[in-house]
Amino acid sequence: MIPAAFDYKRASSAAEAIALVSEYGDDAKFLAGGHSLLPLMKLRLAQPTMLIDIGRITDLSYIRDAGSHIAIGALTRHMDVETSAMLAEHVPLLAHAASHVGDAQVRHRGTIGGSIAHADPASDLPATTLALGATYVVQGPNGTREIAAADFYLGFLESALAADEIITEIRVPKMNGAGWNFQKFNRRAQDWAIVGVAAWRRGSESGVALVNMGSTPVLATSVSAAIAQGASVADAAKLASADADPQADNNASVEYRTHLAEVLVRRALDASS
Amino acid sequence: MVSINGLTARERTHPPIEGDCIVQISVTVNGTTHDSDVEPRTLLVHYVREQLGLTGTNVGCDTSSCGACTLHLNGEAVKSCTVLAVQADGQQVATIESLEVDGVMHPMQTAFMENHGLQCGYCTPGMVMASISLLNENPNPSEDQVRLGLEGNLCRCTGYHNIVKSVLACASAAAVSGSK
Repeated sequence: MIPAAFDYKRASSAAEAIALVSEYGDDAKFLAGGHSLLPLMKLRLAQPTMLIDIGRITDLSYIRDAGSHIAIGALTRHMDVETSAMLAEHVPLLAHAASHVGDAQVRHRGTIGGSIAHADPASDLPATTLALGATYVVQGPNGTREIAAADFYLGFLESALAADEIITEIRVPKMNGAGWNFQKFNRRAQDWAIVGVAAWRRGSESGVALVNMGSTPVLATSVSAAIAQGASVADAAKLASADADPQADNNASVEYRTHLAEVLVRRALDASS
Repeated sequence: MVSINGLTARERTHPPIEGDCIVQISVTVNGTTHDSDVEPRTLLVHYVREQLGLTGTNVGCDTSSCGACTLHLNGEAVKSCTVLAVQADGQQVATIESLEVDGVMHPMQTAFMENHGLQCGYCTPGMVMASISLLNENPNPSEDQVRLGLEGNLCRCTGYHNIVKSVLACASAAAVSGSK
């Protein structure tokens, strides 16, 4: 399978990438690691006429301690998130979730910013950063703005990111010793989750997000509200699908996904408590 | 390079379309730098197989699932069916052909041979390249870590047991010198 023909430009900075996309318009797409976009292009489900390669913007690949949060450059690869000692110390849930993305070869190429920009509800990192209350910094022709993860995901593969904006940084609050757990239920190695759960808990505070339980990653706010009001984990987990809109597919019916969500949220919160 | 009437296999089956954007790339493959003209949509696996004639790297599923096309980009295993040749511009690529030096196999190849780590052989180049990358990152893996580390490589002969044995044998025999 070979993608439809396209033109190609390589940007050496975020500003250059944004200038290029402004020049080429809606048919241009940004290429980072390419591990979400290229499979779609090979199936001709995406046929951009211009690819703007942002994969060499090396100053967008970093993991820095920024006080209350860790700042992660958007082009940081999954393998670098997975193996970061700083993340292992301060945001271990994210480092662990990154180790579940695809396989080693995919993690050598795929980037955290690319995964988030792709906004796939079945991907691990959009839901995980949502659970952690992350903020995404995006840059466009009119400068930079910050978008809370909770406001970012609008629909299936749709986000608040405009076509002429790129994500430059992901800011993830430090977990400060909170308990955490990541559940990924799938049938085969390297598959996407049929249902996944990213969760953390510190006393009455918690964050729970669901993978593949709707057209976007889902923040299970009803679960966290129940925990805050003193509900048991088992009772809170009964609300796992209250904020979700699961769809049926080849792998699972709506009922099966709903059941899995409750079981996996219970397991994740038990392990986090 | 295999050439008929002065054309490579790829040039015969995929003649450049007039007006297509052609990009010049310079890629170091197995230690030799190649300056090539490619269409941006050329996949790295097609570039090494059809433009450079290095057919050791196989195409399997062509959907970044099976790992048959695994080679090293800057020393790390990647699936070359999901990398564009233009993304390798200025980078270092190593394929299975780089492993044998002066008639001596790489220790990972020897381990696969001694442990019957291959049956039909189709997945083997990808398995070997992925295994070397795995040991570069984790020189002393447990059996579980080898199985997890090779989750991106499928063997449809289902010969996983001996593949895992091969990798463990290579790890315990000596530190892997890494891809060339």
